[in-house]
Amino acid sequence: MKETGDRRQGTVLCLLFVYHKKYSFKETENRPLSPHLILKSMSLIKTDKVSYEYIRRDKDGAVEGINKAVDEIDLSVEKGDFIAILGANGSGKSTLAKHFNALLYPVGGTVFVGGMDTRDEEHLWDIRQTTGMVFQNPDNQIIGTVVEEDVAFGPENMGVKSRDIWERVIRSLKSVDMFEYRKHSPSRLSGGQKQRVAIAGVLAMQPECIVLDEPTAMLDPMGRKEVIASIRELNKTFGITIILITHYMEEAVHADKVYIMDKGRIVMQGTPKQIFTNVEELRGVGLSVPKVTELAFELRRRGVDLPEGILTETELANELCRTLSEAKHRKF
Amino acid sequence: MSVIADHLNYIYSAGTAYEHKALDDVSFKIEDGEYVALLGQTGSGKSTLAQHLNGLLKPSSGTVYVDGEDIFEKGYDLKALRGKIGLVFQYPEYQLFEEDVFTDVCFGPKNLGLERSEVELRAYEALKLVGLKDEAFFQSPFDLSGGEKRRVALAGVLAMKPEVLILDEPTAGLDPGGREWIFELIDRLRAEQGITVILISHSMDDVAEHADRLLVMNGGSLVMDGRPREVFSYYKELMQMGLDIPQVSRVMYLLRENGVNVSMDAITVKEALGEILRLF
Amino acid sequence: MIRDITLGQYYQTESVLHGLDPRLKIIGTFLYIISLFLVRDIFGYAVAGIFLAVLIVLSHVPFKFMVRGLKGILVLLIFTGVVNVFLTPGEVLVSVWKFNITREGLKVGSRMVIRLVFLVIGSSLMTLTTTPNRLTDGLERVLKPLKRLKLPVHEMAMIMSIALGFIPILIEELDKIMKAQSARGADFESKKLSARIKSMVPILVPLFVSAFRRAGDLATAMEARCYHGGEGRTKLKPLRYRRADYIAYLVLILYFILIIAEGIIF
Repeated sequence: MKETGDRRQGTVLCLLFVYHKKYSFKETENRPLSPHLILKSMSLIKTDKVSYEYIRRDKDGAVEGINKAVDEIDLSVEKGDFIAILGANGSGKSTLAKHFNALLYPVGGTVFVGGMDTRDEEHLWDIRQTTGMVFQNPDNQIIGTVVEEDVAFGPENMGVKSRDIWERVIRSLKSVDMFEYRKHSPSRLSGGQKQRVAIAGVLAMQPECIVLDEPTAMLDPMGRKEVIASIRELNKTFGITIILITHYMEEAVHADKVYIMDKGRIVMQGTPKQIFTNVEELRGVGLSVPKVTELAFELRRRGVDLPEGILTETELANELCRTLSEAKHRKF
Repeated sequence: MSVIADHLNYIYSAGTAYEHKALDDVSFKIEDGEYVALLGQTGSGKSTLAQHLNGLLKPSSGTVYVDGEDIFEKGYDLKALRGKIGLVFQYPEYQLFEEDVFTDVCFGPKNLGLERSEVELRAYEALKLVGLKDEAFFQSPFDLSGGEKRRVALAGVLAMKPEVLILDEPTAGLDPGGREWIFELIDRLRAEQGITVILISHSMDDVAEHADRLLVMNGGSLVMDGRPREVFSYYKELMQMGLDIPQVSRVMYLLRENGVNVSMDAITVKEALGEILRLF
Repeated sequence: MIRDITLGQYYQTESVLHGLDPRLKIIGTFLYIISLFLVRDIFGYAVAGIFLAVLIVLSHVPFKFMVRGLKGILVLLIFTGVVNVFLTPGEVLVSVWKFNITREGLKVGSRMVIRLVFLVIGSSLMTLTTTPNRLTDGLERVLKPLKRLKLPVHEMAMIMSIALGFIPILIEELDKIMKAQSARGADFESKKLSARIKSMVPILVPLFVSAFRRAGDLATAMEARCYHGGEGRTKLKPLRYRRADYIAYLVLILYFILIIAEGIIF
């Protein structure tokens, strides 16, 4: 089946082979590592001119061209932040995300996680423990056949003692509100529930930061709400740093800071309010704003006195009531 | 082409512990050229219902009439029916299998037993219709980007020239640009070919903007059937079923709660704009 | 049709058998299979049958479930039966055209069929009462000595456990792909064999492609959760023998002695 091409893949049998290949880090180029940043900066994650390229090959394996998926990106994430990275399909946001826990290594520039250079083989497991990752497809990241066993997978790999694993599993499941499902088989859960189990699985590793790579793309609205609620809860109550990759603007509304990516570059950054004011520019990079924001934008354009960057229905309704009563007063 | 569902019942895994009534006495009629959206939570039976309309699933009782003919009658040509009623599954790009894009799109029309020249003509037209660039026609479908794959998969069904097109969450996993493209394609198909569209969707904002008629499923039953405005005026009932209402409707609802006299008829940005500007 | 395969599937309920240590169940199943090849006469089969029946009752798994597992090997059963009945030389009972049914043939045939049935039910009893994870944990421990021979025991166990977990997902996917290709007019009911084989391509290619994609995704997800092989790995539920397990071992040994003794005495 030659269609399967040269993507990194394997049957379940080939999984093993894939591992062995990935473990030999010699394959990646030997640029000198950067000195640890612990003293220089307190940022949890810091990228310095990070670039990543895919090599495109034709059928015979000859190099056809080079795609720059991530292009000299600088960003820093502080402890406790809720960051959203938005972008259309193919904007490079997922590629960037995979750099945050050393699943990919930059071709140019450096990524620091907790002050450690991600290319530093010695700290690989520390880095992956610091930033956990949740992926898009709920079915393709569940390893256990019982919920509690899946959640335990991370701590088991880390060599945590059995008794402590239990404690972690229970605590993690409770914090995403999935404790009562601990004995269930994941295959019988809804998409939203599966994603919450995946989040619990990462939580059990007690990371400082969780990177979520389009965690809601394959969910229905109900599941999407559940997952977003869980994420916000983790950030607010437990102070866990969140990096949410998505193309749903509604989900970025609650972030502290939003980055917009296009063609591998960050083209806009700021608070949700600042970003969502630029309705036209966002459309230009293949994104759209929530309908409420669009309505507010159109009303403003037609001279209705509204503040910029309205993000929620309640906000718009309240502001409209205010302007309406002011307009009435003026009339009299 | 009219499609009638007549008292459809469907029971999954009948006679086992997992027995589950997926469709419960569902009846409706869809007229030629309508743009219908099928709504409901996951597990409400929408997909099961859609698969009955082109004979992929056989009802436990009840039947489907297409152009007045009972499709589950013995001797009815189901294969020809599937050419007339095209069904596009969620994530259709995962069903691509041929060596190149063009051959893959030929699969459907070829199965209809058409002449080779006609098959190729249809494939070509369908690929043009979905706007795939020419140099991709003879590439392996597996080398295309996600968005291009979706286009090819859609072309694979459109090449059968269906008169009714059923789309099961066609925008799943697409970014806003991709979603917009799908709705433009549907509009074009309706305008140019007068195709009947049945759209299964979760996005209330999308259906408010595009569909003429909404069918709402809940627990296997058809609970609402009407124009979008009518259906969305039952926002309380919809929310009880775990369904959303369009964001715009929610704004209008909140305004009314605050004593502002606006009509709940406004369900799209454009309509709301007119309705609110009227107040000033 | 595909959903009927019970081999390798877990049936969730509470029972004595569910609570036993997987190592015990693996060794037990192994011994039981050996015992089936040791018995020579009807008494032996009766002992093996009764033993199995008691286990089935203890397992709280509906008998229906195990019978359904037999459906998958029905062809094999019939084939084995027929071949043995007709092709064993001996005292001729009935003659059909060129073939003779012999007394010995009947004996051997029925023996083989019973053996196969017991074997399949016995081993599906193990998988039905043990979660795949515990099963692989058990297997890993039972096979641990092989590690000295440089066999990747942990990896093999991990592959098995993942494969089992993906069975329901892939079955669902197969169903979806079949429907999607049917919607494009694919015909899976053709009578000609060549056409039928050809009609499998539109199903198998997407299924494989998807399996590869899933495997790739899963590998990434496992790495992200610090998976790096069996070294230094701890367990949420480490295997520990309890009193019930020791009693079960005792019962198992008694059964095995009985079978051997029966073979010697009669």
